[in-house]
Amino acid sequence: MLDIVLLGLNHKTAPIELRELLSFSKEEAVAVMEGLQKCPDINEVMLISTCNRVEVLLTTSNTINSVNFVKTHISEFKKIPISKFEDAFYTHVGEESVRHIFRVASSLDSMMVGEPQILGQIKDAYLTTILKKTSGVILNRLLHKTFFVAKRVRSETGIGDHAVSISYAAIELARKIFGELEGKKVLLVGAGEMAELAVEHLVRNKVGEIFVANRTFERGVELSNRFKGKAIRIEEIPGSLKVVDIIISSTGSSNFVIVRDQVKGVMRSRRNRPIFFIDIAVPRDIDPDINRLNNAYVYDIDDLKGVIEENIKDRNKESIKGERIVDESVISFKRWFEGLSAVPTIVALRDKIDTIARTEVDKTLQSLNHLSDNDRQSIHRMTNSLINKILHDPTIFLKSNGCYGDRFAYIDLTRKLFKLDD
Amino acid sequence: MEIVIIATIFFYLMSTAGYFAYLFLQKNYLNRAGYFLMIAGFLCNSAAIFYGFFKSGLIPVHNLHETLIIVGWSIACVFIIFQYKFNLRIFGIYAAPLATIVMIFASQISSEPVQIKNIVNNFWLIFHIASIFIGEAFFVLAGGLGFMYLAQEHAIKAKKHGFFFRRLPSLELLDTAGYNCIVVGFTMLTIGLATGLVYAQMVWGKFWSWDPKEVWSGITWLLYAALLHGRFTIGWRGRKAAIMAIIGLAALLFTFFGVNFLLDGHHGEFTKL
Repeated sequence: MLDIVLLGLNHKTAPIELRELLSFSKEEAVAVMEGLQKCPDINEVMLISTCNRVEVLLTTSNTINSVNFVKTHISEFKKIPISKFEDAFYTHVGEESVRHIFRVASSLDSMMVGEPQILGQIKDAYLTTILKKTSGVILNRLLHKTFFVAKRVRSETGIGDHAVSISYAAIELARKIFGELEGKKVLLVGAGEMAELAVEHLVRNKVGEIFVANRTFERGVELSNRFKGKAIRIEEIPGSLKVVDIIISSTGSSNFVIVRDQVKGVMRSRRNRPIFFIDIAVPRDIDPDINRLNNAYVYDIDDLKGVIEENIKDRNKESIKGERIVDESVISFKRWFEGLSAVPTIVALRDKIDTIARTEVDKTLQSLNHLSDNDRQSIHRMTNSLINKILHDPTIFLKSNGCYGDRFAYIDLTRKLFKLDD
Repeated sequence: MEIVIIATIFFYLMSTAGYFAYLFLQKNYLNRAGYFLMIAGFLCNSAAIFYGFFKSGLIPVHNLHETLIIVGWSIACVFIIFQYKFNLRIFGIYAAPLATIVMIFASQISSEPVQIKNIVNNFWLIFHIASIFIGEAFFVLAGGLGFMYLAQEHAIKAKKHGFFFRRLPSLELLDTAGYNCIVVGFTMLTIGLATGLVYAQMVWGKFWSWDPKEVWSGITWLLYAALLHGRFTIGWRGRKAAIMAIIGLAALLFTFFGVNFLLDGHHGEFTKL
């Protein structure tokens, strides 16, 4: 009997050093899959390699042999002894492997639950598999189902809602204040990875002009060129508050860079248009009292971290719903997979034809009242032998070992042709 | 007649249920269901008013029962227009229960028509009543948006991002929507007051008779005028505008109910129990 097997390691079982050693580029992945196909026990194979996981998904008629073959092959390919990664390896068989791939694609198994990249990475891996023709009926069906499940989890749960990084959280807040960010003017004070990332997000949201103020004007010019903005001097900040809507501050200054009175003074000439301060600096750059002014909002790094924590809690709560969807889908996939052996298919096929024949015969006999009971019996007998004769060759064909090499394809075709899965 | 009112209440109630279900489950179809149920209720509500109109030949505002039916109708009408324009989904949980409650009150109040003296039913009167009610319904929505603005602003300022923060739209949208409601409401109220003056001149021979309702309508009008003026000149927006919209709503409610129950005047009959 054929089994679906998934083996590999991920961020939970292996440290980054090991994951780095075992990660495969696209070309390497192709080579590995081609190598794995040489194993007589492995029928279909697919390899997923991302920065957080390396997994091999395969169908096999001999699980133990295949698992050993995969480990040996990886060890030889990467020139790493098996003992080095064996402990980090997990092996899921049958239902568990199906559940695992569903969970991975739905981002329930990710380091950051709900992150959207993993689905794309699996799609890429599958595309490679398709091009190299290393997948067959079972993996194709499994992967299509996987994409469907992942999409369902994403749309039916809030697993991907709400930001889980500082810069995204800041942008989300800005959206809650301004609605559309299009055309809003931005001031970046200082520099820093997180602040620059936030500005990049803002640029993607089509904000208007971007001003950059830096202690060293040259550095400011450099940064402003990157964002196609305008460099201003530190002394010009108070004046710029009249026009900018979003201020991202990240300087090394030990004093407040912007104080309450400066903001209070410009609110009137701003005509009370809202102004949003994102203070990523420690110690803080923005006077927290500004938050108490009407239409002025200040979020410092701790506030943003608080927002993220809430969001992560929410995602984890939503992931419970995701697990339920996965469970449902595992059951329905299992039903299909079990039907894929010859006997249930033959039984289902027979049932279907039987039902059709019985209904039609009964209908016809109803209008033939002149027939004796004996006549009726003969008609029934004739119908049964018709069914037997018709189904004889297909039954033999499906039962025969091999089915010209691709038994599952034929069983699957039979089920589709007669619509046995509904 | 009774059955139409009950149908109206039923649809508004279902709409309320739809919007509340949307609030918790956040499924789009619930929001759509709420909206279409609201429209169904609105059509029934309109039928009730038309029935009254054809029966008496007068616009049916002769007692509190009939007046409230028109109030419910105005809220539904304005909400439907508003929702079409702004698609501010969470807003249904304010407007739908409001329309429902108004209609339930209306149905509980006796509908014996009061004898009306001195009423000339003409174009000016219908215009007067229609624009006043529509205008005031816009103010009612603006008040609701004011509450939502304050709630959302508080969530952002206090950095407590709870249930409503997630569901409420941006401050900017709430502010703009509230402002638009007040502009339209103010325009309608101005038209309503002006036609009322013309009508008073035609019927009673004088434009203004210091009737308490007139006085309080004037006060309400001035309040909203001040709000709009503040916005045009010094940019009163956000929190201040929201609070003003709520104060305006309070003044409006007093003009509508308080004046009739506490003070006397020639509008009194229309809201007598």
